[in-house]
Amino acid sequence: MSNANREAPPSAGRAGIKRELPEHFRDYRHVWVFIELERGEVHPVSFELLGEGRKLADKLGIQLAGIVLGPPGEATQHAVAEAFAYGADLVYLVEAPLLADYRNEPFTKAMTDLVNTHKPEILLLGATTLGRDLAGSVATTLLTGLTADCTELDVDVDGSLAATRPTFGGSLLCTIYTLNYRPQMATVRPRVMAMPPRTDKPVGRVIRHKLSMTEEEIITKVLGFNLDRQSAKANLAYADIVVAGGLGLGSAENLQLVKNLARAIGAEYGCSRPLVQKGWMPADRQVGQTGKTIRPKLYIAAGISGAIQHRVGVEGADLIVAINTDPNAPIFEFAHLGIVTDAIRFLPALTEAFTRRLSPHSHDKLAS
Amino acid sequence: MHIVICIKQVPDSAQIRVHPVTNTIMRQGVPTIINPYDLFALEEALKLRGAHGGEVTVLTMGPPMAEDALRKALTYGADRAVLLTDRCFAGSDTLATSFALSRAIVRIAETFGAPDIVFAGKQTIDGDTAQVGPGIAKRLGLLQFTYVAKIDSIDVDAREITVKRRSEGGTQMLKSRLPCLITMLEGTNEIRRGSLDDAMRAARSQIVKWSAAEAGIEDLNKCGLRGSPTVVKRVFAPTTKAEKATQIDMTDKTQHDLADELIAAIFTRQPALEHELAFDGGQ
Amino acid sequence: MIEQEFDAIVVGAGMSGNAAAYTMASQGLTVLQLERGEYPGSKNVQGAIMYADMLEQIIPDFRDDAPLERHLVEQRFWVMDDTSHTGMQYRSDDFNEAKPNRYTIIRAQFDKWFSRKVRQAGATVLCETTVTELVRSASGKVIGVRTDRAGGPIYADVVVLAEGVNGLLGTRAGLRKMPKPESVALAVKEMHFLPDEVIEQRFGLQGDEGCVIEAAGTISRSMAGLAFLYTNKESISLGIGCLVSDFAQTMESPYVLLDNFKNHPSIRPLIAGSEVKEYSAHLIPEGGYKAIPQLFGDGWVAVGDAAQLNNAIHREGSNLAMTSGRIAGEAIIEIKGRNQPMIRRNLALYKTMLDKSFVVKDLMKYKDMPALIHTNSRNFFMTYPQLMSQAAQNFMRVDGTPKIEKEKATTAAFIKARSRWGLISDVVRLALAWR
Ligand SMILES: Cc1cc2nc3c(=O)[nH]c(=O)nc-3n(C[C@H](O)[C@H](O)[C@H](O)COP(=O)(O)OP(=O)(O)OC[C@H]3O[C@@H](n4cnc5c(N)ncnc54)[C@H](O)[C@@H]3O)c2cc1C
Ligand SMILES: Cc1cc2nc3c(=O)[nH]c(=O)nc-3n(C[C@H](O)[C@H](O)[C@H](O)COP(=O)(O)OP(=O)(O)OC[C@H]3O[C@@H](n4cnc5c(N)ncnc54)[C@H](O)[C@@H]3O)c2cc1C
Ligand SMILES: Nc1ncnc2c1ncn2[C@@H]1O[C@H](COP(=O)(O)O)[C@@H](O)[C@H]1O
Repeated sequence: MSNANREAPPSAGRAGIKRELPEHFRDYRHVWVFIELERGEVHPVSFELLGEGRKLADKLGIQLAGIVLGPPGEATQHAVAEAFAYGADLVYLVEAPLLADYRNEPFTKAMTDLVNTHKPEILLLGATTLGRDLAGSVATTLLTGLTADCTELDVDVDGSLAATRPTFGGSLLCTIYTLNYRPQMATVRPRVMAMPPRTDKPVGRVIRHKLSMTEEEIITKVLGFNLDRQSAKANLAYADIVVAGGLGLGSAENLQLVKNLARAIGAEYGCSRPLVQKGWMPADRQVGQTGKTIRPKLYIAAGISGAIQHRVGVEGADLIVAINTDPNAPIFEFAHLGIVTDAIRFLPALTEAFTRRLSPHSHDKLAS
Repeated sequence: MHIVICIKQVPDSAQIRVHPVTNTIMRQGVPTIINPYDLFALEEALKLRGAHGGEVTVLTMGPPMAEDALRKALTYGADRAVLLTDRCFAGSDTLATSFALSRAIVRIAETFGAPDIVFAGKQTIDGDTAQVGPGIAKRLGLLQFTYVAKIDSIDVDAREITVKRRSEGGTQMLKSRLPCLITMLEGTNEIRRGSLDDAMRAARSQIVKWSAAEAGIEDLNKCGLRGSPTVVKRVFAPTTKAEKATQIDMTDKTQHDLADELIAAIFTRQPALEHELAFDGGQ
Repeated sequence: MIEQEFDAIVVGAGMSGNAAAYTMASQGLTVLQLERGEYPGSKNVQGAIMYADMLEQIIPDFRDDAPLERHLVEQRFWVMDDTSHTGMQYRSDDFNEAKPNRYTIIRAQFDKWFSRKVRQAGATVLCETTVTELVRSASGKVIGVRTDRAGGPIYADVVVLAEGVNGLLGTRAGLRKMPKPESVALAVKEMHFLPDEVIEQRFGLQGDEGCVIEAAGTISRSMAGLAFLYTNKESISLGIGCLVSDFAQTMESPYVLLDNFKNHPSIRPLIAGSEVKEYSAHLIPEGGYKAIPQLFGDGWVAVGDAAQLNNAIHREGSNLAMTSGRIAGEAIIEIKGRNQPMIRRNLALYKTMLDKSFVVKDLMKYKDMPALIHTNSRNFFMTYPQLMSQAAQNFMRVDGTPKIEKEKATTAAFIKARSRWGLISDVVRLALAWR
């Protein structure tokens, strides 16, 4: 949204546009969630979306379907099973060797064919590199609306999807509708929605669909795939504990303090955006609106002011601890525990205290 | 080689303020910049021109003042700038934007030669959707490579291109054909500083300005508000949390006492953590 | 390569540079203007009041499209001590005229507008281009400039130095000396954003009416300094400035001064609830007439702050800048019209014309003021404000003390603080300097 010179009016204006679903869209039904399967693995955002999709489907009294696109084989079958385990009522499956690696052409084709044949009312995808690549193409092919990076999904009184997302660098939120077009598409970033519980359920109804495309028709060829080296791969988004540093640490060297603490408690480490811009940390360590959204059980932020763009990426954490010299830093507005002190001195002390407490003998000591 | 790059002029969102009463954006004093992500693409285009020869055309759709952004792109060394500006584009969402831009690219192809590559930024910092690039590609039937970390090779005569593209768990190496649309990943390069000649040329060159009609756009139902399936229903400020952080009292405490106290507070609030940490932490 | 030679190169796109470039370009001279900021105005800090008369002489119909914030209908002068202010206030509906006399502006926007006019007049304007060096001929005449961009040098008949108060280029080229610490003030400033209706309510304004507060007193911690508050459409600019030499001596921090000013009980409610953006610091030339350096030489002239043309007493700068820029431009046009070379002898015309204008006449009038205020800063900025406040409070507070005794106490306090002779001499010297 918000392209060209669109100044979002507060309430009236655009919202006044007449709402009348054209005849040919009236039989669009059900909520679809794209199950993102890449190189044999399902991206967890798909399950988060199934959890959210379930709520929407229940409110609307319709069904929830998972969309699995993949090569014939075990991994794809597993993805189908997982979709049911996380709440899908049925799965649409396109199995074809062409779908072994992600490429825009066959995936767009498979997805648009499915939509045109089975007509979903709502289609949700993860806002991953794959999901965004695919969603943009599919929405344009279908000529329907797509709301990116939503943080909240709901249905309003007349059954329309109300998709809420940050705008203007996170300073505001806006709720967007796709009127008069179907499906209503939205992408949601990993970790924005909570992970629903998994229940072992038998595989339900699977509706298979053929991909009417041959390898010859696809121009783009995959030459190879380099897996991220494990060490470089920041699995921030899904870490249980995250320790992050900000500009308040003052220098690239001091980031070692953050890394030390992270190592001591088995956490992932991250940072605020300016550190990435300064080249002190790689981009995949950035937490926040233009970095990763995280939902750890514990988030420790040292020397981070808590700008809104940072805040939106960490608010889902169960417990936020902020260390900042400035008692008025905005981070204290949303942290749960605060310490007004110099992080450069405090981090080593904290690391040591944790290590002491967690060492194998510590429990005896505590008991005595 | 002819390269077209789509740039957008955006308010520097770091400096945006929200009117406390009406919740509208207060634009006064907010500077506009070229969407930072677009600069990675622009530099890539300039590099390719250096290696393969040809021309770089920058394109934007926006209000008349978006001319500033184009002129800036010219000082970086772009050869030509096109401003697509018309009241009828106001209120475009990504679908309508990609429609208008794709039509303008067709007109650019007719007027200045068909592009071999169209670049877009990864995403904008105001819209933040990353949809316009794919939208343009689809409308023009171009092959599409988003999140490109590196263009490994281009063979203009054989019309071949190989790229490395970011995917969630690694990097994909793809081989494909020109023409195509590419969005560059952030951090891939840094925009150059144009020479005095570039700056002088930029200051003096005429910017091509097209209205919808001049860009050959007839179907106004696909433009602006009318062409946008999405509707902004409500704009509001994020709710502030009622409760502020509980501050650990600092008085007369050593950093060590503080650390112990903090850890105790953490474990009181999240008892399960202590157990988990004892198992996997500290190794 | 740049083959072309320009009639004039203007260094800087502030008030003075824009005035000079516009004047010359609109008369058909080929003008190149170089600005180091990202865009004109991006590096400019100003309170900011703009004086219509001086701009009118350059662009008569500026009111049609210039980004003006509010026209001033009210001015307050405050003498402050730590908890109070004693004030004088002038407000007149006469200022609600068809062509108002003074406006508040936001420099970032105003300079951009002015620069657009300069470009429309035909000048070539390059931003993000810093002039690093003046190029001189064997005989020492300035014949062009070098920049920090690849390529160049660029040549011109004359270079107009409109580079602002630092005047690094001119100093480095040995055309003049670095300004002295006692003749420049360091001002720090903030923009406080508030909805327009809040501003209008707090200052009793309607529509585009604006109000200015200028304040002096203990807030400057006995240094020579002034604080100000200007109302813009949706923001308030406020700041404080003191002489650099005083800062050096007292080791006070400008940030602390600004903080104190903002937290002064008379100011705090005016800016309550605002969102602060754009903290910035800048120098202001305050040496007055006696600090004016060499204004011209072979192939160059200096205008605006770069020539220290600033009236600290009235807090005027941009009008002197615009006028000196315009006059320099006119002098250059005149010399060119006569087909004469841009050498020292001919460029003296600029000085002659400037001497006849209000610019030099005003500075001349107050030529002794800077020295007086500087050497007596403790009295003017600490002792008197405190005395005045005590006197006023003494006068207001009804506590059963006979009025005659109150007056006596006040007089005694003044004499005790400054002695009879001190008081008389301060008054006389002030009057002389003002004359
Ligand atoms: C479009 C857009 C997207 C953005 N996306 C993101 C994003 O994804 N993630 C992100 O993080 N930011 C993002 N930002 C930037 C964001 O607006 C802030 O600028 C940024 O988060 C600030 O980083 P910081 O807190 O590290 O630095 P600062 O704001 O400079 O804060 C440093 C803090 O450290 C404290 N401090 C100083 N010294 C010490 C010390 N010794 N010990 C303890 N504390 C100390 C200071 O009091 C201060 O609060 C984005 C901005 C824009 C415009
Ligand atoms: C806080 C404050 C409040 C003020 N309030 C007022 C007021 O209310 N009213 C008023 O009339 N005056 C005011 N003034 C004074 C006024 O701002 C100046 O007198 C006026 O801006 C001078 O204009 P100028 O063009 O000479 O210099 P500037 O406006 O300083 O412009 C100089 C320009 O040259 C550029 N430059 C410098 N060096 C180079 C280089 N080497 N190469 C290329 N470009 C270069 C700079 O980037 C700058 O844009 C105030 C000043 C301050 C600091
Ligand atoms: N109005 C516009 N004019 C030109 N290019 C645009 C415009 N809007 C978006 N783009 C391009 O599309 C990219 C993605 O934009 P978005 O989908 O808004 O995140 C941007 O980085 C630009 O390259």
